[in-house]
Amino acid sequence: MAEEGSNEDGVVAEIEKKITEAFKVFDHEGNETVDVREIGSIVRSLGCFPTEAELHELLAKVEEEEPTGYVHLEKFLPVMTKVLLDRSYRPIPEDVLLHAFEALDENKSGYITKEELVKHMTEEGEPFTEEEMEEMLSSALDPETNAVHYRNYISLMVVDETDDLPQ
Amino acid sequence: MECTISTMGCNASAHYSKHKYNETAIKATVLIQRWYRCKRAQLEVRRRYSLTIFQSIEYADEQEQTQLSNFFTFMLEHCVHRGEVARTSTGSDVSPGTDSYVIKYEKIDVPDSYRGPRLSFPLDISHAKTLLNALKDRQLLHARYVLQLLCETRRVLKEKPNITHVSVSYFKEITICGDLHGNLDDLLLVFHKNGLPSENNPYVFNGDFVDRGKNSMEILIILFVFLLIYPNDFHLNRGNHEDYILNMKYGFAKEVLKKYKDHGKTILHHLQDIFSWLPLATIVNNKVLIVHGGISDTTDLDSLNLLERNKLKTLMKTRKLETDKKNQEEHSELTEKERKQVLDILWSDPNKQHGCTPNQRRGGGCYFGPDTTDQLLKRYNLKMLIRSHEFKPDGYDLTHNGKVITIFSASNYYEAGSNRGAYIRMNPDLVPHFIQYQVCACTDKKKNWERVKTIEQSALQNLQERIFVHKRKLMDTFAKCDCKNTGRISISDWAAVMESVLQLKLPWRMLRSRLVKTDPDGKVDYMSCFCYMDTARPMHQVQPTLVETLCKYRRDLQMIFNVLDEDRSGLISPNEFRKMWKIFSSYLGIHSHDEAVDKLAQSIDFNKDGNIDFSEFLEAFHVVHQLENKAA
Repeated sequence: MAEEGSNEDGVVAEIEKKITEAFKVFDHEGNETVDVREIGSIVRSLGCFPTEAELHELLAKVEEEEPTGYVHLEKFLPVMTKVLLDRSYRPIPEDVLLHAFEALDENKSGYITKEELVKHMTEEGEPFTEEEMEEMLSSALDPETNAVHYRNYISLMVVDETDDLPQ
Repeated sequence: MECTISTMGCNASAHYSKHKYNETAIKATVLIQRWYRCKRAQLEVRRRYSLTIFQSIEYADEQEQTQLSNFFTFMLEHCVHRGEVARTSTGSDVSPGTDSYVIKYEKIDVPDSYRGPRLSFPLDISHAKTLLNALKDRQLLHARYVLQLLCETRRVLKEKPNITHVSVSYFKEITICGDLHGNLDDLLLVFHKNGLPSENNPYVFNGDFVDRGKNSMEILIILFVFLLIYPNDFHLNRGNHEDYILNMKYGFAKEVLKKYKDHGKTILHHLQDIFSWLPLATIVNNKVLIVHGGISDTTDLDSLNLLERNKLKTLMKTRKLETDKKNQEEHSELTEKERKQVLDILWSDPNKQHGCTPNQRRGGGCYFGPDTTDQLLKRYNLKMLIRSHEFKPDGYDLTHNGKVITIFSASNYYEAGSNRGAYIRMNPDLVPHFIQYQVCACTDKKKNWERVKTIEQSALQNLQERIFVHKRKLMDTFAKCDCKNTGRISISDWAAVMESVLQLKLPWRMLRSRLVKTDPDGKVDYMSCFCYMDTARPMHQVQPTLVETLCKYRRDLQMIFNVLDEDRSGLISPNEFRKMWKIFSSYLGIHSHDEAVDKLAQSIDFNKDGNIDFSEFLEAFHVVHQLENKAA
């Protein structure tokens, strides 16, 4: 079927279909627009891990001149295609994530107290909202020690990904 | 920064390492935040597409249902005695023209040992409160009281016009609820948040009280009780599920027959009639139209108001039986035009596109566009349309420039944590206020990601069942794409085939890794999706098409079985089974050898006297995911 033609065309076409599909999951009205606040979820659902700052940059490229609160597929598609082709905003490998938690664990005790974590996450970097913090704690916090045992937490989150069929 | 201030005056190296730590800490923080936000978003997407899967399958199912009602009547005709047929399919116990419709409840004894709630008529609010508490405790109302309640309810409903007009004042706001679908906890939650119904706290319940959930009977009891106590301030609109044919398939009939072993059939029989007496619409302050489904470009409120609504026991097209033909001559049926008026009101969905087209997704009613809405609102000088009928993750939704509101009151509809429910409070401003809620009993202890996982697994299970049922066609279509017989096709082809064969608009590329294996070079091993599925009891040496067909029609066959199984024994004889099978397969045009059918029957555990537990037999055709079984 799609065997002829340059491989690159095939790759781009496939990427575009993938992006359109993800877009449509959020396109409630069926008119090829999504709420601007959903763009983050769409980008991330495509396997990208942008920071908030990077996301804002991307948004600036796809928003309308007059902020309508909506983003059109026709603007989003070329921008996102480039992102995927350039392999921007790569996922974070497990070991890098582990180092990050370890960096916050001053005493190298294997855990971070609730207070410490909350302080870092809500006051530094790209601060969490209250809702984001609460949600993270709900799965990360060990209620008995009131701390986050990050190795456990990471393996829990990673296991979650292997709902895929054994490849 | 905090650290540099506090280390002012410290020696340089300590200052430097603390500073370095901070830089590292901040980088680490940003990384974790970045990672977490992405995980969270991915979880949200999984939740969304799971809901999309549920919804698509539900609608596709409903579409098939409308086609299957013919089959159902066909089976009834051939498998059941004529007398039975006449009793179950015609409406009333009496010949048309007279109205001495009787519901005999007096002769039913309530034993002293009965500890459940008792009703005495006329009902008052204290009875209602006692009853609510009893039902909250999952007590069962005795069949005698149920039938007595139905008798009184019918009497009250008969007096109501097809379209009820209500007024709202500043001292008397009105509350509008949508689909409940047997979710008793939602109804109780609404009463808890919003207060019990009273003269100053009127309610409109906009249809679909029954089916799917486990407490449809209890919901009906409660709604009818309040209807009797406050007949002028408590309003019910008929929904598409207030229909005995749908009840057979979507769980209400099963619930009643299970809860009321002796009188279930009688209760269902009378409900057939009572549902047809439910009003069709409510209009608030002459400005807000409330109907269950929607409208069409031919909707005529005057005509709707005049037709004899009780003649429409079911909205499904049923084949004319010999007995019915006689009835029809005596004008006990509505005209096709009148039937369409009601069908449109109960089954239609709003759409972005202009115009009014047949509703393919459901197989009944229309898709109506913003222009259709404007046309109707203008014609009758109305301000807005409130309807239900469609699942909404937030419990409500606005469309057509805010002129059409959907209100859906069954929270956790597909699965624990799947969605919120909502209701509307309205005052004379006629500006709707939405109140959302979610019954949290089972989700309290669950974390967000666990909840999403449950929803996703449930959705995928449903989807896999559908895939299994279409196995033959899928394999044939895949083969056409794979001319060189490599067992591999492109992702693009795979997605296209899945969509066209299953007729479901889903994000196939997102679902791919959950459904099928892909090679490192990006080609899909299309046969791999069938490896992980099988029936609950593997039935070897049986024609594959037979197994697939049984899977597909499992629930419909269940319906037939319930009708056949007069003595509620749960058993049918091998002869009955063979006879039923022959008719079933001839209708569907599938060919099966007698030996195959017998082998099938034999593979089930027979009880001592050689009868087939048909329920058990059907259970065997429930599609399961093998990996789950291995884990269990």
